[in-house]
Amino acid sequence: MAGLLEVADLTVHYDGGASAPAVVVRDVSLEVASGEVVGLLGESGCGKSTLLLAILGLLPPPARIVHGSVRFRGRELVGLPEADLRSVRGAEIAVVFQDPALALNPVRRVGPQVAEVLAAHRAQSRRRCREDALAILAEVGLPEPARLYDAYPHELSGGQRQRAVIAQALACRPSLLLADEPTASLDSTTQAELRTLLRSLQARFDLAVLMASHDLGALAALASRVIVMYAGGLVEGGNPAQVFSDPLHPYTRGLARAYPRPATGRRPSLPLGGPIPGSPPDPARREPGCAFEPRCGDRRPVCRESAPAETRTADGRHVRCVLHGG
Amino acid sequence: MSAASSMADSEPLVRIRNLTRTYVRRRGPHRTRRVEALAGVDLDVPRGSIVALVGQSGSGKSTLARCLARLEKPTGGEIRFDGEDALALPPRRLRELRERVQLIFQDSAGALDPRFTAAQIVAEPLEILGRGGPGERRERTLALMESVGLAPDWAGRRPLDLSGGQRQRLAIARALAVEPRLLILDEAFTGLDASIQAQIASLLLALRREKGLTYLLISHDLALMSVLADEVAIMFEGRIVERGAAAGLFTHARHPHTRALVAAVPFLPEPDAAPASPP
Amino acid sequence: MRRLARRALEGVLVLLGVSVLSFVMAELAPGDYFAEMRLDPRVSEATLRALRVRHGLDRPLAERYVLWLGSLARGEIGYSFAYGSPVGPLLWPRVRNTLVLTATAVAAAWLLALPLGLWWATRRRPAERRALAAVTAVLLAVPDVVIALALLLVAVRTGWFPAGGMTSIAHEQMSRGARAWDVASHLALPAAALVLGILPVLVRHVRASVADVLEAPFVRAARGHGIPERRVLFRHVLPAAANPLVSLFGLSLAGLLSTSLLVEVVVSWPGLGPLLLEAILARDFYLVLGPVLVSTLLLAGGNLLADALLLAVDPRIRSDA
Repeated sequence: MAGLLEVADLTVHYDGGASAPAVVVRDVSLEVASGEVVGLLGESGCGKSTLLLAILGLLPPPARIVHGSVRFRGRELVGLPEADLRSVRGAEIAVVFQDPALALNPVRRVGPQVAEVLAAHRAQSRRRCREDALAILAEVGLPEPARLYDAYPHELSGGQRQRAVIAQALACRPSLLLADEPTASLDSTTQAELRTLLRSLQARFDLAVLMASHDLGALAALASRVIVMYAGGLVEGGNPAQVFSDPLHPYTRGLARAYPRPATGRRPSLPLGGPIPGSPPDPARREPGCAFEPRCGDRRPVCRESAPAETRTADGRHVRCVLHGG
Repeated sequence: MSAASSMADSEPLVRIRNLTRTYVRRRGPHRTRRVEALAGVDLDVPRGSIVALVGQSGSGKSTLARCLARLEKPTGGEIRFDGEDALALPPRRLRELRERVQLIFQDSAGALDPRFTAAQIVAEPLEILGRGGPGERRERTLALMESVGLAPDWAGRRPLDLSGGQRQRLAIARALAVEPRLLILDEAFTGLDASIQAQIASLLLALRREKGLTYLLISHDLALMSVLADEVAIMFEGRIVERGAAAGLFTHARHPHTRALVAAVPFLPEPDAAPASPP
Repeated sequence: MRRLARRALEGVLVLLGVSVLSFVMAELAPGDYFAEMRLDPRVSEATLRALRVRHGLDRPLAERYVLWLGSLARGEIGYSFAYGSPVGPLLWPRVRNTLVLTATAVAAAWLLALPLGLWWATRRRPAERRALAAVTAVLLAVPDVVIALALLLVAVRTGWFPAGGMTSIAHEQMSRGARAWDVASHLALPAAALVLGILPVLVRHVRASVADVLEAPFVRAARGHGIPERRVLFRHVLPAAANPLVSLFGLSLAGLLSTSLLVEVVVSWPGLGPLLLEAILARDFYLVLGPVLVSTLLLAGGNLLADALLLAVDPRIRSDA
């Protein structure tokens, strides 16, 4: 069964001028099926945001796709001329970024920014675009859409702004939504509301979602499949229950332990398997071998020499680790 | 150790009673808006403990932190720090209070001067207080940085070269320079990855053991606060609506707002794999 | 609204302050209008003194100032010794000419700076960016007077533009259309000098402001929604970059006004500049006061306009007000 989105061996370099380029995304392959929610788990600097931008061809120079393919409904997106990519963006694949204060243009009203997306992809009258915009604003749960239509972004709360951004993304009913940390920097109750919203929108529109986040909890709540990214590469994948309660890769294990679980009162700083020491490698200087090796509690000599290959388990999980036959 | 201090041991380090803070905004001759950021807060922070204040934005928790650090003047109520009235201090005692209470913010990129090097940032309080000569200060700076896990070769870097977690460590090192008693961390974990949060958390716990510090943590993240803190107080609209030991809140939340906060925490299954052998 | 009213009031106070300062400075400068006459041996001391008394120059400074305020309230700025007539009628045609020049220069400068700055900010290749940086640096370094003189030289050598003045000799006999063209072609030289002088500053600021906004998340988001690049630039980036540029607009008015006084002298454009210079050299005090006050008024008005524009352009400021 062909997936909606198929990424194969995608590699992104970040040119640093005279020195060797930094490899920000390395040989990443993944698939998203229609209507499926896939969580991309990774911490800052792992390359997940770059991956999402690369899928849409939005990489700012000096970043560029060095090799690999991105197929959407069978159609190759890498190398596609800008005009064709533009017709895909927003209409078939939409993107939502984290909401700092500037996710919406601060000097323009909210409504027209939503209507603008409709106008860019549909040949319909201004009035019709406005009506459709009002409709989608209501669908994302914004109260009094007509009043908010004419409001400016700074008059909205953080949660409302994020809903408006989701409305922008879904205005043209795309089939795939890329979300980069959509609930970070929001209050916990607002995060919960937004998760509920995403769940209902996803069901209602049969929307496929590729959601990147460093928050295990958010992914566990929304995704039916989770892939874990570290230092530009994928290290593990499976469904949330598998990945979080029985992690295979040492990094995933460390992440799962670090997550506070109040029901048991377990502190994240137990001496037993405590926080993962150290920090991710510098993408500009990569040694051969496993990227996680310097921080790994289970490392073997072979880990420094060569990077492990990907292996699949019987129950559909995959992992890249020497401990599991890589 | 005097007799007075042994009596003071039983008294909480911070005692807040009926604290209020009202903001008045005059938008015209007939349009005055009053915002009650704090509407009568009672709070005790026992010595050596970790107390967490959990609430959403607008609940007043940051206002409370700022009042405690004397960055703002409350409209009414009482704050007692280490047995003294913190609101009625003469200027010299006020300066001493500021040494004893240190504040760490959410976004250290904003709290650290981007043109200073890391070493300059940590040394600045020492310079201002005139503690020791340049050589001593340099030594102390490096020692402080090491105690938060920043190697000496980071001394010459600037805040923007550091990651979020490293910046928070730097902010903690700076706060420790003046040997405070109380550290207030206002959303200091927010925005950091979970594993970095864990690193900072274990650093803070280790420092508490070594230096006998007391912490007031402020956050909207109930899950993290309840695993770190001895006691959690829930703030809502300028008041503390519920308080208690962390684990109890999750199982026996009474106030509707607490229940809402508990419900907002996504459930995560326990990892049950055998722990990794230490490196 | 209230904020604008307050600014207007501040403008009036500035005018008063400038007038006081002018009086004081003129008093401090040695000599007065009649000082030149001393060199003429036929004029006696007594005559000079009588002249001074007749024109009120023997009265104390404060009294002269108050008297002057009184005449200002009646609508008269003063009396020119040299021309022997009230200052007002001498002033207004000059004001009009300066306004024509300055307004043209402001419009032309910004109409050029916006697309140039925008273009510069969106260049990806370092070579292109460096080229623009070099050109603006050179222009910035050359003093305005030198630019005006250089253009004058070009005009004289090539005859492309009239070299100086505002009208040709046969101006009165031309048809209306020809007269307008006549003024326009004379305007080209001084306006070009002013524009070239201020353009590098404006272009750099536009570039910086636009470059800042290009990094903003909402720009990336707009592209992510498939919005065409041209629309992103003109409907998203420029409006968001407008805030600092509007303040710069106010400053550019001030800068162009002062520079125009200088350029007018160089190319003999009959505006406030030559009048002011002549009056200063002759110590024709009230005639000096006239252009100084009018310039201040134009400046204050320009800044008020900039403030109003800012309120119109940036909704965030409106909410604070």
